[in-house]
Amino acid sequence: MAFTNEQMERYSRHIILKEIGVKGQKKLLASKVLIIGAGGLGAPAALYLAAAGVGTIGIADADAVDLSNLQRQIIHSTADLGKPKVLSAQESMEAINPDVQVNTYQEFITSSNIMDLIRDYDFILDGTDNFPAKFLINDACVMAGKPFSHAGIIRFKGQLMTVIPGEGPCYRCVFKNPPPKDAVPTCRQAGVIGAMAGVIGCLQALEAIKYITGTGELLVGSLLTFDALTMEFHKIRLPKKDPDCAVCGEHPTITKLIDYEQAACDWKPGEKV
Amino acid sequence: MKITVSGETKDVADGITVTELMEQEKVETPEYVSVSVNEEFISRGDFSSTKLKEGDTVEFLYFMGGGSAA
Ligand SMILES: [Zn+2]
Repeated sequence: MAFTNEQMERYSRHIILKEIGVKGQKKLLASKVLIIGAGGLGAPAALYLAAAGVGTIGIADADAVDLSNLQRQIIHSTADLGKPKVLSAQESMEAINPDVQVNTYQEFITSSNIMDLIRDYDFILDGTDNFPAKFLINDACVMAGKPFSHAGIIRFKGQLMTVIPGEGPCYRCVFKNPPPKDAVPTCRQAGVIGAMAGVIGCLQALEAIKYITGTGELLVGSLLTFDALTMEFHKIRLPKKDPDCAVCGEHPTITKLIDYEQAACDWKPGEKV
Repeated sequence: MKITVSGETKDVADGITVTELMEQEKVETPEYVSVSVNEEFISRGDFSSTKLKEGDTVEFLYFMGGGSAA
C-alpha cells in the first residue's frame, strides 16, 4: 500500500518521527482499536486515534449525549444532545479523518457480547466509568489474550495502566474484585475536572499508538497516576503478575465472564443519585 | 525511620503497621485500597500485622472509575 500525496502530507508529522516513520504510519492505518465508552476518556482518545490514522476504530456505548456530558466529552457538541453517543463520535471522527473506518456498537457491554466485540481488534481502550465494566473488560481481554489500556478519573486525579495478558499484572491482579456498589465514590457523586479526562484519555491513546507501532515502553507492570492539584505524575511499579490471580493466575477460578451489578457514573436529570 | 510512601520520603514511627500508616496518611476508603510494599502485594487481612521497615517503599492503589457508561 503506497501513501497518496494527501496522506503523506496529513501524516507528515508522524512520518518525520524516526520511531514512527512510513512503516509505523502504515501499521497505524492497518490497525484496529476498540474504544469502550464514548465518554470522558473515550472522547479525546477517539479524536486523537482518528487523527493519527488508526485505520479501523470501533466505538461501543449504549447512551445518548446528555447535557452533563459536554463539560468533558469533547467529541460531542451541543447540537448532538439526544443523539446516540456512538453516532456523534463517528461523525466527529470521520470529519477529522476520512481514512478511518468507524464501527459503532450502540450497546452496553455484557458477558454475552464482549467476546464478539473485542475479537477483531488489536488493542482495546477501556473508557468506561464503572467497576463491573472494568472487570468485565479485564477478564475478557485476559481470556482472549487482547492487550488493553485501563484508566480511571475522579475529582482532580487520574490513573492508567496497560495490560498485555501474560506479560504483566492484570487489573484483577491489583484490585481483586469490584468494590460494593457505592463503596467508592464515582465521578457522578464526587465530580471530575473535565480536562482530567483529556489528560488521561490522551495518555491511553498514546499507549495504543505505542503498542501498534512498537514504540517505547508501555505501562505494562506500572500504574501511572496524575494529580492535577500538585501537577505530579507518579509511576507506580506494580508487583509481578499475581500467581493467585483469579483470572490470569496459575489456577484461574474465573473461567466464565461475570456481569457484576453496579450503578454507572453518568448523571442524568431525574435519575436518583 | 524513613520510608517512601507514594513516591515521597516520610519519617514514620519505627515498626508502624500498614493499617497505622493508612490512618496517618488519611487514606480514603482504606478497605478498598490495594497496598504494595517493595513491589509485593500485601493481602488485606495482613495490613494490621504487617510492620514496615526502614527504607520500605509503600504504594497505595486506589479504585478509580470515570469515563462513560458502556
Ligand atoms: Zn491477573
